[in-house]
Amino acid sequence: MSQPTAPTTVPDDVRAQASPPPSQASGGPDAAALDAVGPDVRGAGPVRGLGSARRVSARWGPGRWGPARWVIVRIRRLWHQLTSMRTALLLLFLLALAAVPGSLLPQRSLNPLKVEQYFRDHPSLAPALDRVSAFNVFGAPWFAAIYLLLFISLIGCLSARVRWHARALVGRPPRAPARPSRLTGGQTWDTALTPPEAIEAARVVLRRRRFRLAVAAEGATRPDGSPDFSVAAEKGYLRETGNLIFHIALVLMLVGVGLGSWFGYQGTVLVITGDGFANTLVSYDQFSRGRLVDPAGGLAPFSLTMEKFTASYQPTGQPADFRATVAYASGLREPTRVAEIRVNHPLAIGSAKIYLIGHGYAPHFVLRDAAGGVVWEGYQPCTPRDAMFTSTCTLKIGDTGLAPTGPTREPRQLAFSGVFTPTTELDRARGYVSTYPAANAPGLTLTGYVGNLHINEGIPQNVYSLDTRDMRQLRLNGPLGDDRAAQVLALNNPKQRTVTGLPGGMSLEADGVREFATFQTKSDPFKGWVLVAAIAIICGLLVSMRVRRRRVWVRARPAAGTGVGTGADAHAAAATIVEIGGLSRSDIDGFAAELRAIALDARAAMETDPRLVDSNKQEL
Amino acid sequence: MPVNSGLAALSDHFLGATMVVYALAMLGYAAEFAFGRFGRTSGAPAVEPVMSSPSSAGAARLTASERVPAMAGAGLGAAERSGEVDGGVDGGGVDGGGQGGPGAMTDPAAALAAAMAGDSEHPPGPAGVRWIGRIAVALTALGWLAQVGSVTARGFAAHRVPWGNMYEFSSMITLVAVSTYLVMLARTRARVRWLGVFVMFPVVLYLGFAGTVLYVAVGPLVPALNSYWLKIHVAAAIVASGVFMLSAVTTVLYLLKDRWENQLAAVAAGRAGASAAMRKRGGIMMRLPTAAVLDRITYRVIGLAFPIWTFAVIAGAIWAEAAWGRYWGWDPKETWSFITWVIYAAYLHARATAGWKGNRAAAISLLGFSALFVDYYLVNLVISGLHSYAGVN
Repeated sequence: MSQPTAPTTVPDDVRAQASPPPSQASGGPDAAALDAVGPDVRGAGPVRGLGSARRVSARWGPGRWGPARWVIVRIRRLWHQLTSMRTALLLLFLLALAAVPGSLLPQRSLNPLKVEQYFRDHPSLAPALDRVSAFNVFGAPWFAAIYLLLFISLIGCLSARVRWHARALVGRPPRAPARPSRLTGGQTWDTALTPPEAIEAARVVLRRRRFRLAVAAEGATRPDGSPDFSVAAEKGYLRETGNLIFHIALVLMLVGVGLGSWFGYQGTVLVITGDGFANTLVSYDQFSRGRLVDPAGGLAPFSLTMEKFTASYQPTGQPADFRATVAYASGLREPTRVAEIRVNHPLAIGSAKIYLIGHGYAPHFVLRDAAGGVVWEGYQPCTPRDAMFTSTCTLKIGDTGLAPTGPTREPRQLAFSGVFTPTTELDRARGYVSTYPAANAPGLTLTGYVGNLHINEGIPQNVYSLDTRDMRQLRLNGPLGDDRAAQVLALNNPKQRTVTGLPGGMSLEADGVREFATFQTKSDPFKGWVLVAAIAIICGLLVSMRVRRRRVWVRARPAAGTGVGTGADAHAAAATIVEIGGLSRSDIDGFAAELRAIALDARAAMETDPRLVDSNKQEL
Repeated sequence: MPVNSGLAALSDHFLGATMVVYALAMLGYAAEFAFGRFGRTSGAPAVEPVMSSPSSAGAARLTASERVPAMAGAGLGAAERSGEVDGGVDGGGVDGGGQGGPGAMTDPAAALAAAMAGDSEHPPGPAGVRWIGRIAVALTALGWLAQVGSVTARGFAAHRVPWGNMYEFSSMITLVAVSTYLVMLARTRARVRWLGVFVMFPVVLYLGFAGTVLYVAVGPLVPALNSYWLKIHVAAAIVASGVFMLSAVTTVLYLLKDRWENQLAAVAAGRAGASAAMRKRGGIMMRLPTAAVLDRITYRVIGLAFPIWTFAVIAGAIWAEAAWGRYWGWDPKETWSFITWVIYAAYLHARATAGWKGNRAAAISLLGFSALFVDYYLVNLVISGLHSYAGVN
């Protein structure tokens, strides 16, 4: 990155074109011509460099203005350094580098469980990493610092370039250098036309090629006093326009992303078939919102019920299709409509969209007392853990009706931990496993506990994990026989789906299973804005990559007394010597061909004498 | 819809044939490239620089640029070659070249191809060696047909676009690379044949990897992929990756040639003697365009791929919005796409504005390709995320 070259405002490739080759330098180059080319090129190109900072300090130097001004100078110099291309490049590389840990370390925004796992695996390293926001890289202050600096640098650069481009759009192409033919690919020939006629002919040729033109005014003179017959032509302003659109759209996109995160919200909710939810804060299992969202009135007032969930699979068990049939009302007094939500096909209600992001199984449990009365019943969603939907179930029943025991009046609560297998088969090595994701032969391997779950003590618990510290494992009676630690229930067989032998003569039946779906509600009011910015980015990029900016100059001068041209006989009938040359900042090859074609056309237009003087390169 | 197993088997057979034919073609190109130099008709030995002073370098350059306009349709390589034969090692002869033709201005592919054309009407080498090269081109075309057959059969077998998993994606990337090469061959009347070995080597390697490690049987798409965005987003990613791959090839060639030119300059200036390695590899090195041309080709190829990549990323964001409810979530695949994009953006800025050329630009280009590699392989196979569709266990 650190480049020990002198500060310069002229990019290398332009300088290489504008300066004469060494062999010509020894022959005495037309310095005035090259000077004329130099500054114009700078004007066309981006002026991102330290050179401007140097000029500023010369103008606002401490000697003339005192210490207060000197501070301003320092600030302005800092500003110019920030907006220089080298800084921008450094920040770009830093941005790329800073994003790397976000993909290698688990991120809270993506998978908080993995972060917890990382903390368990690396107890000493993880807190240190956490202190530098390594588990929230993309929300980290240092990540924000990099992209904000980058965008400030970009805006600083853009403001100047928009001004220059506006000036270029209303202005005229820069005047022709003294000897355009000295530029790479330049040519010289002579014609019997007078210089004004030759320039007019060149003007017509360039006009036809849709160049923007500036013909030297009649009577204009060159610095040495001779009359100025020249035409300057420029084309490809769209390149810079596209470039500016691209960069401005980038800024607008960042603004849109920022506003979207302030005004957007998202919630995740698990819905068992037959159940539903309303779009309110309390309905969601997980909810996050932007700073400027009003949680009371800011959410679209819809409610939704999942009527049916259909999943189909390939014979191999690979999923083929998921769809949730839902009934929803988009407001309190709105009629109920039925819709289908599929993967890739969310349901849009107002500014919110509802996505189907997951599904699984929820067996139905009934806890009965010794008399057969229902103590508790409900569906318990199980967490899928493989592609065949082998799922982990955790059932916690706090209110069992059993009397507390012991001097501390410990509650006697029940808990069951199980593995649900939708298509159950007995594998010799691994026990009961699932061989297909559909619920063809639902089975449940169950173990039970009694004791204190600590669920009513004000400390939030994960409903999917069981803390058995103060619990005692039960011996269960059931399909596998009596007094066993684990039982296997077949949910479709009424005779094989009940465990007994629970404390107090209670029994637990798993009498069915329903599918659940996980929905995500997401609202981002600035999504459209970001999309428009993205389209502008592509368009601007394509234009700026495809269009080339180039300048062509034609200069004519009377042949007599110029001393140019070694073959005197070839000039006998010539009245005027015409030079053509041009510059393109990009695509050297394509421009060389274009310049040759223009020169050919121009020669044909001035053709009165077939004897042509060839390129002045050959004269050297 | 059930999988058509007959077509699936046909696709696999075609793939096997493709690999064999491509490998033969690669050997053919390699043979032509390696042995071609012994038939050079321009008497100057490969590493016997005539140049003794800077002024003669200038003379050589002028000779080169003078000659070029006279040879209609001659590629840059012609200028470069005459320059080198006459002893000019500064690569300056190239500036006088650039016979893109007027058509090249409107057609970047043709301009690119013309710029890459190594040699003009007389590819050096005895007739036998040239025939090997021609046979290699024929084999490439044959292999291309077989690969098109393989991809098409697979698409029909599964009733969907044939880029639904990593194996199919890899096959498509190589197909894009070979197609690009064949188009360039056609546009330049086989003047870019020198590139053959450099294209076919990674293609064969890649295809072999895809056919063995990444291979999965024909199957329907997982629901998450079942969207028309698969056609748009993945197709754009395939094309951009294929073109970026080409840019990595030209970058590596640039680095080789640049080193060679520096060594040659050192020899010419009397600072070093010509080593045995230089004598041995000289012919191969001199068949390549100058480092400056390779540098410019890389710039153009990346300039071509970058907007496509941008489009692929944005299309992916639109799809993610429809599928997952957010357009950007810093999933590992998204993160590495972003890193790739930023690095190539830095390359374009460095080249276009800061005027970085040569080794520094080449380093950024290779850095960008490494990020693309991570994005594609490591993210799919090692880092788990939402894009884990490889289907590889």
